[in-house]
Amino acid sequence: MLGFVLRRIATGVATLVAVTFLMFASVAALPGDLCAASLGKGATQGALARCRAEFVEEGPLLARYAAWAGRAVTGDLGRSLLRRKPVAELIAPRIVNTFALAALAAVIAFPAAVALGVLAAIRRDSPLDLVLSAVTLIGMTVPEFVWATFLVLVFAIWLGWLPGISLLPAGAGLAQILPVIVTPALALAFISMAHAMRLVRSAMIEELQSPYVRMARLRGLPEGRVIRAHVLPNALLPAIGIIALQFAWLLAGVVVVEVVFNYPGLGRLTMDAIADRDLTLVLGVAAVLALIYVGVTLMADLAMLWLNPRLRTLRT
Amino acid sequence: MTVVRAILAQPSGAIGLGLLLLHLAAMLLAPAIVPQDPARQSAAAMFLGPSAQHWLGTDHLGRDVLSRVLLGGRAAAMTTAAAALVAVIWGGLAGMAAAYRGGWPDEVLMRLMDAFQAVPWLLFVMLVAAFVGNSAPVLIAVLGFCYGLQTARVARAATLDLVARDFVWAAKARGEPMASVLWREILPNLRNILLVDGAMEWSWMLLWFSALSFLGLGVSPPTPDWGLMIADARLYLTVIPWAALAPMIALSSFIIAINLSAEALGKALGLDRALLRETR
Repeated sequence: MLGFVLRRIATGVATLVAVTFLMFASVAALPGDLCAASLGKGATQGALARCRAEFVEEGPLLARYAAWAGRAVTGDLGRSLLRRKPVAELIAPRIVNTFALAALAAVIAFPAAVALGVLAAIRRDSPLDLVLSAVTLIGMTVPEFVWATFLVLVFAIWLGWLPGISLLPAGAGLAQILPVIVTPALALAFISMAHAMRLVRSAMIEELQSPYVRMARLRGLPEGRVIRAHVLPNALLPAIGIIALQFAWLLAGVVVVEVVFNYPGLGRLTMDAIADRDLTLVLGVAAVLALIYVGVTLMADLAMLWLNPRLRTLRT
Repeated sequence: MTVVRAILAQPSGAIGLGLLLLHLAAMLLAPAIVPQDPARQSAAAMFLGPSAQHWLGTDHLGRDVLSRVLLGGRAAAMTTAAAALVAVIWGGLAGMAAAYRGGWPDEVLMRLMDAFQAVPWLLFVMLVAAFVGNSAPVLIAVLGFCYGLQTARVARAATLDLVARDFVWAAKARGEPMASVLWREILPNLRNILLVDGAMEWSWMLLWFSALSFLGLGVSPPTPDWGLMIADARLYLTVIPWAALAPMIALSSFIIAINLSAEALGKALGLDRALLRETR
């Protein structure tokens, strides 16, 4: 058990190293260096040389990566050349904003997904299941930016209930953000709900066909108890695992949704950094996103281990 | 033919395939049937509502929205179809060979797949598009590479299932070389899975590629494109909502059509659902 946990943590760290190295190497392989990229075409030779002396490190790729990673572990992600601030200082407030957005979306999406997914599985092939399948299909196939723009059109322009695009300054605090968080959270929630609902439904259907369910029914247990006490715990476990694994696209979705709503989160910072060719910042954001992803999947795995007695004795 | 009939027998398959054919026909015929030059701007005809001359009105530069919607899917559809082809070919071959050969190539491929699952890979694509350039060949290569890793996962699982079968043992016992076993025994059995996976991939790529265009990193402006049109029209939603709604409906219905058709095709071919992935 302890061995499994340690191994899982080690895999997480190894993944993080691999991902950050991949990003580091691709940023290093891009044409032009940091200074040429951020000073632009009009830079003089002198300015370039001074900038390079201060910001561009020489040496083999692995050594440069090791130096970067060593500093990153201590929370030092370097200094943004363009924004003249430490990268960590730029990222920190954005993490809070994006976390608030994602948390609100999750609070809306996941209970709804479980309830509707279970309902769809129990009433399989009924009109209700058909309607819910259509909703999932739309949630999965309609791109985030289309859905988000549609929400702005309906709720902000036609109905006038919610503010459409937030006009917050980049450094806005949580208190200023709360009123404008609702529409982007709804956009994100609908899409996550569609994915999660589909997973819950298929996990439920699979469990409903297993022998122990028939056994419970033959013993004369009321159907509600069969579902709640027997099927639901078994169906939700694998669903949690897969939902966590799908976190990567949720992060990608956050980027798009934040841009649509002009929401000052990690996603928009990423886009801005890419648009401004702020390489240090790009790398820092990528590392933070990878850390979030690895952390979430690790926690999901450990939670499953804790919840599922069969995995606890797993000897691998 | 029996496959087509099996697709049409499913209500969702019939809807999907019908919608898909409609889209493809519109895309093919678009250059011949567009009512106006999609690039012609007109200061006198900005922000017009729907009329007999402009069925869907005009946009903020006075361009005819209907003409642009008809032409707006071509670039994205072709780029992503090519990228899906790249993904299926390289991912399929890599996954198949790695699973059959085992050992370190398999290990390397698996680690690469894991690492890419942990990068928000859209970020990687955006980086390449922003720095190397958002020309079609670059985007095809980078999208094809990223999605190919997912195809490799599918191909690998399916191959692992096949290598234990008798006919593969028989081929090995006959002393056939690895390339021959892969090409003649395994690949024909992977064909259907790769076909359905590629079609699914096409729909997800279209989704992300349009998002790239929307963010200004996909199709470049003079070419009409749905993602770009939505990005432009978003700024004038209060004045000309139809200029945004029309490409929104076109793009979403195209993705849904491909997705439904691919799923129905998978069912019609009797594929094991566990081998296919359902997510973006």
